[in-house]
Amino acid sequence: MSNKRVYSSLTKKYVMSLMGLFLITFLFVHLGLNLSVLKDLGSGDYPTFNEAAHFMATNPFIQVFQWVLFAAFLIHIIFGLILQFQNWASRPKGYKVKGSAEENIFSQYMIHTGIVIFIFLVIHFVNFFMVSKGIIPGIQHVKINGEEMENLGKVIVDVFHNGYYVTFYVLALLLLGFHLDHGFQSAFQSLGLQNKKYGPFIKGLGHVVAIVLALGFIIIPLVIYFTK
Amino acid sequence: MKKLDSKIPEGPLAQKWKNYKDHQNLVNPANKRKIDIIVVGTGLAGASAAASLGELGFNVKVFCIQDSPRRAHSIAAQGGINAAKNYPNDGDSVYRLFYDTIKGGDYRSREANVYRLAEVSNNIIDQCVAQGVPFAREYGGLLTNRSFGGALVSRTFYARGQTGQQLLLGAYGALSKEIKRGHVVMYTRREMMDLVMINGRARGIITRNLVTGELERHAAHAVLLASGGYGNVYFLSTNAMNSNGSAAWKAYKRGAFFANPSFVQIHPTCIPVHGDYQSKLTLMSESLRNDGRIWVPKKKEDAEKIRKGELKPTQIPEEDRDYYLERRYPAFGNLVPRDVASRAAKERCDAGYGVGPTGLAVYLDFADAIKRLGRDVIEARYGNLFQMYEKITDDNPYETPMMIYPAIHYTMGGLWVDYELMSTIPGLFVAGEANFSDHGANRLGASALMQGLSDGYFVLPYTMQNYLADQITVPRFKTNLPEFDEVEKDVKEHIAKLKAVNGKEPVDYFHRKLGRIMWDKVGMARNEKGLKEAIEEIRELRKDFWKNVKVPGDVNGLNVELEKALRVADFLELGELMAIDALHRNESCGGHFREEYQTPEGEAKRDDEHYMYVAAWEFKGDDKEPELHKEPLKYENIEVKQRNYKTA
Amino acid sequence: MDLKLKIWRQNGPDDKGKFVDYEIKNISTDASFLEMLDILNNELIEKGEEPVAFDHDCREGICGMCSLYINGHPHGPDAATTTCQLHMRRFKDGDTIVVEPWRAKPFPIVKDLIVDRSAFDEIIQAGGYISVNTGGVPDANTIPINKGKADLAMDAAACIGCGACVAACKNASAMLFVSAKVSQFALLPQGRIEAKERVKKMVAKMDELGFGNCTNTYACEAECPKEISVTNIARMNREFFAAKVSS
Repeated sequence: MSNKRVYSSLTKKYVMSLMGLFLITFLFVHLGLNLSVLKDLGSGDYPTFNEAAHFMATNPFIQVFQWVLFAAFLIHIIFGLILQFQNWASRPKGYKVKGSAEENIFSQYMIHTGIVIFIFLVIHFVNFFMVSKGIIPGIQHVKINGEEMENLGKVIVDVFHNGYYVTFYVLALLLLGFHLDHGFQSAFQSLGLQNKKYGPFIKGLGHVVAIVLALGFIIIPLVIYFTK
Repeated sequence: MKKLDSKIPEGPLAQKWKNYKDHQNLVNPANKRKIDIIVVGTGLAGASAAASLGELGFNVKVFCIQDSPRRAHSIAAQGGINAAKNYPNDGDSVYRLFYDTIKGGDYRSREANVYRLAEVSNNIIDQCVAQGVPFAREYGGLLTNRSFGGALVSRTFYARGQTGQQLLLGAYGALSKEIKRGHVVMYTRREMMDLVMINGRARGIITRNLVTGELERHAAHAVLLASGGYGNVYFLSTNAMNSNGSAAWKAYKRGAFFANPSFVQIHPTCIPVHGDYQSKLTLMSESLRNDGRIWVPKKKEDAEKIRKGELKPTQIPEEDRDYYLERRYPAFGNLVPRDVASRAAKERCDAGYGVGPTGLAVYLDFADAIKRLGRDVIEARYGNLFQMYEKITDDNPYETPMMIYPAIHYTMGGLWVDYELMSTIPGLFVAGEANFSDHGANRLGASALMQGLSDGYFVLPYTMQNYLADQITVPRFKTNLPEFDEVEKDVKEHIAKLKAVNGKEPVDYFHRKLGRIMWDKVGMARNEKGLKEAIEEIRELRKDFWKNVKVPGDVNGLNVELEKALRVADFLELGELMAIDALHRNESCGGHFREEYQTPEGEAKRDDEHYMYVAAWEFKGDDKEPELHKEPLKYENIEVKQRNYKTA
Repeated sequence: MDLKLKIWRQNGPDDKGKFVDYEIKNISTDASFLEMLDILNNELIEKGEEPVAFDHDCREGICGMCSLYINGHPHGPDAATTTCQLHMRRFKDGDTIVVEPWRAKPFPIVKDLIVDRSAFDEIIQAGGYISVNTGGVPDANTIPINKGKADLAMDAAACIGCGACVAACKNASAMLFVSAKVSQFALLPQGRIEAKERVKKMVAKMDELGFGNCTNTYACEAECPKEISVTNIARMNREFFAAKVSS
């Protein structure tokens, strides 16, 4: 059987890495935006957050970029799945005693954390994006600085008053942290941007990125839930 | 009596090889395509020959017993490869390398062959560097050298402690390149079972597919054996477990003469034997003798206490240590040739000064070197060897001296070949350790790699062509010829007979017994009585083997015990020939030490008047005495002297 | 010491195979792992059973012939050690040792613990060499090579081609093996000349043979008996990228 591949394994890894790193930069922007909801907590109309969200939703550049982002997610997911299927196929029969020599334990579970994150993304998409676009009805409007806009801040706060949802959210974001902890430095390795000298720095930076993003996102629902 | 014609070219020594090449016959490129060559073995000699012959355009079929050509035992050579580059500016030259090799071989090798070896040694280094072999370098980016036993210059190129590995991988790369080009076809997990001759010429082989058990026929215009040495006849040796002498032995039984079978090299720096379940011995590179000092206690009572574990080597004060090599051989010190170092160790241990639980060990001490150069330098030079030593013995050689003892390492003897590396069977060439050609009665360190690659890269592509030049009109042979039928039938019957014994004892039982006889009586020191006993004992053991060996499993399929049994059956015959050869040679020379023939100081005493010849044995039939043929050795360019490593 | 062994037995490539339990007594702690198996095999032969087939040759840790996946580790639990250099003092009296063959689609089982690793040869044949013929090469000292680079090339060249990296990798990826050869030649001026072609051909062959993809878990480096570094993989990723965008 010929295994000639359309893209070589390395090319697929480059794409995975570039998409992954791109998504990480997006997550930082997203986190900055989300944190602003805490600023006006209790105000009911969340001016800082809503204004920023409104800017994002109306800026033509961002609107175009949003599709790039979707594409990046999609490619990262599809390539990830293809690679994983190939990986499973390359060892049809496994070991009785499983090995455990991986440097980073999370590296074994990228597909698992990835799948949970994907499920989370779908729910997230339904809860926020589709609501904000009015595809799912229920969004209220507020007037900030004389401009009428969606009160997305309230949507968030309302959702985070649900204990089950908060629990799910926290767990999913923890897994995202695990995913990134391996993923960040792995991207550099796949792109060949790693050597003995600055390799350890990249790995350290990967831990920092993972912790900052995961904790940053997790803090928001916790604060909202416990201050309701 | 058939006369042995060594076919040494005319002319002064330094011109012989050039003259040969200038006047030899060649095969034109279009005709090379029509010629098939079989190469058995993928070590340095086999892989380099197959690659080079493939490059020339011949059709080459290569066979190896392992799962990949990269695993041949050349890979285990540690220390280095000699060449007369004189990069260090320390006075080396082609002549000096030639001289050292002849002298190191105790004047039992052929001048013309050795000179050619020294001549092409430089080309080997160039070739390997071009292949990407990562030799050790100086900070300025140029190649560096180390010194080895038996030489007063530094001429050994090395790649850490893995020179053999790197050279073999270079040759394996060249071989892979030719496989890709389609000029070489590789057959792995195949063992040569016998040689097929048609009208007196070597024309093919029968192989056994070690996975399916099938017997396969392969025909060619010429056959090259590069199947290595037969050190495993001793059971315990530094050879790989699967190294064997069967290919050469089958050729011997088909008419190729076997030369100097008793010349085996005992390597002085091996890890001592530690138990009776032991399967093999591990070599510690000779390069260790550059910085390590060899000693035993001066006082017998100290040695006894060490053996009982009451005293540690580090507790013996400097003045109570006997650095016996430095004492006996001031000029060469710890770097005397291997045979001299090995015998000196045996002498001390036999006299009761040996250390280790068995008393069969001496110390190799790095304390001085570590003090002088620092631990870092020693680690950079020998780190992997120290690590290996610690893994095996559980002792840390940075803190306590290593223990070493001689072990069987290399066989200088092998199939007799002429200057063209062709055996007495026309069309059967023999290369590397499998032939007897260049090392006389003792091989110098870092010379095996040199010889293997010299044969494969630079000698055989010329000499085989000379032979094949008049074969271009000979059409490809069919493998359904009666000659093939007959040999395959022989092989089949041999296997069936072995399987049918169905006795009680596993093969290893006999192999171990044979090894014991060989080590005790045909080993480091031999005498007439012992050799005569050995011959009798081997004959007895052989009878016992054919009555009591048990080969389980199916012959049609992967059957490791069958493979072992076939090889041991041959060793049981070869061992006898070794003893016969050792018994007939009433002198001591190089690795062959007859206790009756030694100087008052215990050095080997040659008898140049009666034994300055190559002993080539002809097979006369099972249970018949082999016939001795002598190739006299003439030294025209070198003064034959008593070997002296006491003064330069 | 006395031990319990659980060894994979499989009569041929098409046989289903199963684990068989053995007990073995009075093993010296100084014996090597393979010597322990030799003893077991001789006992089996004396009992009239078929011995366990396993690959081995030099028993010095350099030929790369030995394999065995022992208690979850290729070449057993010791770091930087091949199976043939693994000694029984590493185990405790009464231990149960599970011995499995390398498991990877490109390494089909031949018998018991023996697998077919010719896929590695095929990868080398695809381009793992410098295309020079015998003769006609320049003097060895014509091109000086930076010592640091030569040392790095040697580090990579130390690979023994045993396949432990593939066996250890959860994806059965051959990246460490391939990258070691690519790196060795990429670091040397002699090898640079055809570096781009080499890396492309070797990677394509590796993919074609069905090895998995690298997910940078670095299990290969941890289990490699010669401690080949994963920085070689990074170097190969670089080389491949440069080769793809420039030609």
